[in-house]
Amino acid sequence: MSQATRVTPQASAEPVWVRRTLLTVALLFLTLFLFIPLLAVFYEALRKGLGVYLAAVIDPYALAAIRLTLLSAAIAVPLNLLFGVAAAWAIAKFEFHGKSVLITLIDLPFAVSPVIAGLLYVLLFGAHGWLGPWLGAHDLQIIFAVPGIVLATVFVTVPFVARELIPLLQAQGSEEEEAALVLGASGWLTFWRITLPNMQWGLLYGVVLCTARAMGEFGAVSVVSGHIRGLTNTLPLHVEILYNEYQFAAAFACASLLTLLALVMLALKVAIERRAVRQRQAALAVEAP
Amino acid sequence: MSITIQGLRKQFGAFVALDGIDLSIPPGQLVALLGPSGCGKTTLLRIIAGLESADQGQVLFNGQDATRRHVRERGVGFVFQHYALFQHMSVFENIAFGLRVRPRATRPPEAVIRAKVAALLELVQMGWLADRYPSQLSGGQRQRIALARALAVEPQVLLLDEPFGALDTKVRKELRRWLRRLHDELHITSVFVTHDQEEALEVADQIVVMNQGRIEQIGSPQQVYDAPATPFVYQFLGNINLFHSRVHAGWAKVGGLQVRVPEYNDTKSASAMVYVRPHDIDLLREPEDASTTLAATISRVSQLGSLVRLELVQTAGGDIAEVEMTRERYAADPLQIGDLVFVKPRQARVFLQNSDTSTTPPLQWGGDGDGI
Repeated sequence: MSQATRVTPQASAEPVWVRRTLLTVALLFLTLFLFIPLLAVFYEALRKGLGVYLAAVIDPYALAAIRLTLLSAAIAVPLNLLFGVAAAWAIAKFEFHGKSVLITLIDLPFAVSPVIAGLLYVLLFGAHGWLGPWLGAHDLQIIFAVPGIVLATVFVTVPFVARELIPLLQAQGSEEEEAALVLGASGWLTFWRITLPNMQWGLLYGVVLCTARAMGEFGAVSVVSGHIRGLTNTLPLHVEILYNEYQFAAAFACASLLTLLALVMLALKVAIERRAVRQRQAALAVEAP
Repeated sequence: MSITIQGLRKQFGAFVALDGIDLSIPPGQLVALLGPSGCGKTTLLRIIAGLESADQGQVLFNGQDATRRHVRERGVGFVFQHYALFQHMSVFENIAFGLRVRPRATRPPEAVIRAKVAALLELVQMGWLADRYPSQLSGGQRQRIALARALAVEPQVLLLDEPFGALDTKVRKELRRWLRRLHDELHITSVFVTHDQEEALEVADQIVVMNQGRIEQIGSPQQVYDAPATPFVYQFLGNINLFHSRVHAGWAKVGGLQVRVPEYNDTKSASAMVYVRPHDIDLLREPEDASTTLAATISRVSQLGSLVRLELVQTAGGDIAEVEMTRERYAADPLQIGDLVFVKPRQARVFLQNSDTSTTPPLQWGGDGDGI
């Protein structure tokens, strides 16, 4: 208990035992629910040797799933980027009726269960859905096909970029844009030369989060996919199928791929955050006289 | 370029920001829009710039209607209170921005842009900062760069929104003198917004005093200070003492003190306010005459640099008044807390209450015979 009797340097600091308890609880929680499962994924994936691991990863169905996952992310993320920038720009820089409705709508995918989202698309575009007969007549398939998977992914990722940018743009205000306009710049030029550079880090951050979610989405995609191996299976769905077939090593091998992707995205996110903070600090450092 | 404003009105929801503004600014002048926050001065400036649109009324540049002209075609320079420099561009690129965004046909060649930016940096005395970023500059330096950036497009009109509002007192004083000199060199019609009466009095050719979306008075610094048109202007420009009084048949009475107000000869027993500036008051040790002085006790003495400020409590009624005098004058007769004195205003102004249309000149008052 010699530690506990040490005088704390700050008068405002909590007693040592409180800090220690809180820290221990937090660490225990993280270990139990994050670190151990994370390690378990890689342990289970490699348990039967590297050969089995590689075989699981280069399995044609696995490769197809990877391809589809990357494809749906590659379509969903740019769409999201466009929508997010446009919505954030409109919400932060202009006053209009229905603004709060728009903000609420952007948050909708966060509030709605992804399964419900998937179900909505089935009800809309499915063979027995509202648009099903028309789509069938024109030989267009959305549900149980790639378009449905992309749609579901787009739906669940809608809030990411916009949510990241709105507070940023609101905090920045419109003065720099106004200055550019007074100096004779067109709206387009003002956007490219002033607004976009000012939001680049927030934008990247939103894109990273959005990409991570797009690749990891399970619920919504599961409903619309139909689980056709080699055709409409994304990586998370592929993992589930392998698991259900008791191919644990292969399931964990594919899961480890997803985990790696997530870790890469996290690392990117941290790097971007650091850049953004440093930039902000540089801006604030000279603010004070 | 001259600016004419006719019947301008602007409302934000239920809030009336501008309520019928008519104003004419001759070319080459430096005009201050002065008023408390929320009086509509910034809105007026932004409407002149084209950053805001009016609900009613017109803005004319050189007699030509510019009300519908887009902000980028108005040829104005605008300086923001918080500088609004482009954070991700160097000082050089900030100033060059207005030239670089021109359409290809009218864009000057790179060499011309470089020369022009260099000249502007010279003008604002910041040549050595060209490669810095705005975050590396002090507030005063940023505002100079913002001004150089605004001047780069050779505006016909320069509009400044509280340009020194975010700076500390010393830099502010330095910068406003510098702005005055710059204006004397360039002679661009300039309008600046301020809530600081000292700033307006020192820098401007003309002052437009605004309150609650209306213009209270337009005049030279001397006119608005010496002959305020309304009680508001009197209060807003400089300190004042207020005395409650009653006006009856050409006389205003404050306790025993009587003031001749010929303009109110026909007024019968109306309540009024007497306005006296703290430096327009003499303090006497002996009562001169019951009807020209008020008895009071010194309650506080503060030394404010070159001035001494005395706080008095009137013997009758207990109202508080302030008197300012130079150190020398105070030293000649150093009054102490608790001393009984007799207050004798040298100059006062009477406004009937609920009246804001008085246009009478200030009344001379004292021993020279035309007052009491």
